[in-house]
Order: sequence, then structure tokens, then C-alpha cells
Amino acid sequence: MTAINHHTPDAMLAAYATGNLPQPYALVVAAHISLCLDCRASYEAHLAAGGAVLETCATEAVSDGLKSSILDRLDTPYTPEPTYQRMGVYPAPVMQALKGKAIRWKSLGLGVRQSILSSDQNGSARLLFIPSGQAVPEHSHNGLELTLVLQGSFSDDTGRFGVGDLEVADQALEHTPTADPGPPCICLAATDAPLRFNTFLPRLLQPLFRI
Amino acid sequence: MIASLDTDPTRRDPVAGLQKDITQLPEPSSEITPQTTLMLAVRDHRDRAAFAALFDHFAPRLKGFIMRSGTGSAQAEEIIQDVMLTVWRKSAQFDPARAQVSAWIYQIARNRQIDIIRKERRPLPDELGEDPGAEPDASQIMAIEQEAGQLKLALARLKPDQRDIIEKAYLGELTHQEISTQTGLPLGTIKSRIRLGLERLRHELKGLR
Ligand SMILES: [Zn+2]
Repeated sequence: MTAINHHTPDAMLAAYATGNLPQPYALVVAAHISLCLDCRASYEAHLAAGGAVLETCATEAVSDGLKSSILDRLDTPYTPEPTYQRMGVYPAPVMQALKGKAIRWKSLGLGVRQSILSSDQNGSARLLFIPSGQAVPEHSHNGLELTLVLQGSFSDDTGRFGVGDLEVADQALEHTPTADPGPPCICLAATDAPLRFNTFLPRLLQPLFRI
Repeated sequence: MIASLDTDPTRRDPVAGLQKDITQLPEPSSEITPQTTLMLAVRDHRDRAAFAALFDHFAPRLKGFIMRSGTGSAQAEEIIQDVMLTVWRKSAQFDPARAQVSAWIYQIARNRQIDIIRKERRPLPDELGEDPGAEPDASQIMAIEQEAGQLKLALARLKPDQRDIIEKAYLGELTHQEISTQTGLPLGTIKSRIRLGLERLRHELKGLR
């Protein structure tokens, strides 16, 4: 077990706790919290602040029958929502995104693989599998990109990112993250932009195609 | 900043960070709020009268909270029904060593609101179960209560416009870019306390990394 050195920025943690982070980012932050004691404490501190707001906000009278109708339903059988458990290196939120199914990897060439978890107007989230020495593919050249390491590590100009580390890269960051020697690096990556065609190619090939 | 949590680099080292935090924490008082007592009665004894009393306390607050972001009265009451049923059904997940009842219910309410808006489930972190062998730590519970009380006081002392911004943030109306430029509540101390509560579950966390 190595220490986590790159954490979720506090503003992002607050936005996650208050429920106002786009779904792909929320997935990555939930996965980071699953691995990081420190960010879990910060997240729960924000929930405590939310609780203080709830406690002190102006009240609104509820309908007469509401309480009895809820009390009447306490014993009603119900179907619990499916819950997901961590599997291997994949924390529960990733298993939730996969709906418990096995990962379907697609090759990007040079041994690099990806599995798209979601891609729509809210952005995209995907898993990446990068063999040692290969570059980490990026989503696009705009927006904010979050990359959480689940296995192995990668390095770029800004440092080394091991299991549990979260890299937050905005468009200003010029970097070429590369998987370190050792086991293949597996990452969870999210952006607020939908996936583009160029993202299906590893970074190495992009100059050749002038995309 | 709302997000003005401890960014001290020593927090990267859990043990060093923890020891430093302990020395800064005030002595806990001996106050346990009625809501916590009620919630523990629901959790441990499936106590319906306690549940009804929790409803009396939280339902009008939940309704005010939910309606502030523009939800109508009827839909707000549907959400309250879902939230209170979740409180009953998932009471085993309530851990007073980490959260006050209001924080736990806040989370349930926001989850429900977001699931309705997005029509898909919000990604949530791995659940940390109780250590079956762990003794309930009364002083830790009281310390969490005390810190939560301090947060409420801090909120009450804010100027109206500042308070309005905090409320907007926790109602989920500010983006992370907006949050990072705003002034917020001091969360460093309660974070340290929650962290002590999490330490009890540490053996599980070790397995997760
Ligand atoms: Zn962290």
C-alpha cells in the first residue's frame, strides 16, 4: 500500500457532496473517495455542513396525512436497489457504472485498450488499460480531464501517479503521461466533453493523422 | 472558501496528520442530541415511535429545503416519503461516530433529488461497514455532535448574503467553479473528527487500497 499524493480538489469534493458535479466527474470522485481516507473525511465534512443547512433552513408545514401514510408503509415489502461491491482493482462506483457486468475492452492499438462507461452531452467516462512504456490516451484537447489510477502508475512532467492518485488536467496542461515500468496501468478517466473520433487513437498516432 | 479544508501537506501522511489533529481538538461535551438518540432507537430496536418523532423533526425541514430549489409541494412530499422510508430501511448504515443524523439525512435527500433529476443513479463511494467487534465510542459520538453544533452556530453567525451563498451551495445550486470562488464554512475541525471515526474502519480501508 502506497500513500495517495494527488487528491480531489476541495471545490470539486464540495460540488460532489452537494450533488452538483457532472455524472462522469462524480464517478471518478466517488471512486477516489472509495480509495482515499482523507478525501472521504472531507466529503463527510461537507455532508455535515449540508446537514447544518438542512437543520437551520426555513421549515414548511407538511400535509396532515403524510406521516401516517409513511408509517403505514414501513412494513411494505420493497425491492432494494442493486448494490455493487468492489471487484479486484475496481471500486464499487465503477462496478455500478458497469452494472456489475464484465469489462469489455476495445483495442486502441499498441496494446492500449479502453472501455467506455458513458458518453453523452454530460461528458464521458472510460477505463483505460496502458501497458508499461505506452502513452495514456487523452479524451480531447478541451475541458477538464480527471484521471484516477486503479492499478500500476503513470508519470508526466507534473509527477508520478500511483494507485488512488487523481490527476486533474485542464486544457492549459501540456503533458504526455506514460505508463511506468511494472504491471499495466489501469485508469478511470472522465471529461466534460463527449468522446471524439481522435480519442480512439493513441496519442502517438495523432501527429501522423494530423488530427 | 466553501472548500477551505485542510490542505496542509502533512495530511498525506495519515498518522502524522492524525496526531497533529488530535492535539487541536477541544474536549467533547456530554450532549447527545435527541435526534441521535431517536435514530439509534430506530437502528437498533426498529422503534416506530422514535421514527415518528424523527419525522416530526425532519419532515418540515426537508420540505422547506426541497422547496427552496423550486420543487412544488406535492413532489416535495413524495421525495420526503422516499427519504424517510430510506431512513427506516437503511438505518443500519447510520454511524454516529462519523455523521450526525442531519448529515446522514441530507445525503439521502440529495441522492434522491439527483436520481429524480438525472433519471440515473448518482455514483456513490464504497460503503464502509461497521467493525462488528468495535465498541460504540460515546466520546467520539459526542464530539461529532459538538462539531455539528459548532457548524450550525457558524452558519447562524454569517451575514445574510454569505449565508445565502452557503445555502445555495448545499442545495446543489453552485458548480465547482462557483464554489471555489466563494467563502465557506470552517470544516477543518469536523473533518479531523470524522477522520477519527473513519480510523475505526481502517482495517477495511486497508483492504480497499
Ligand atoms: Zn484523496
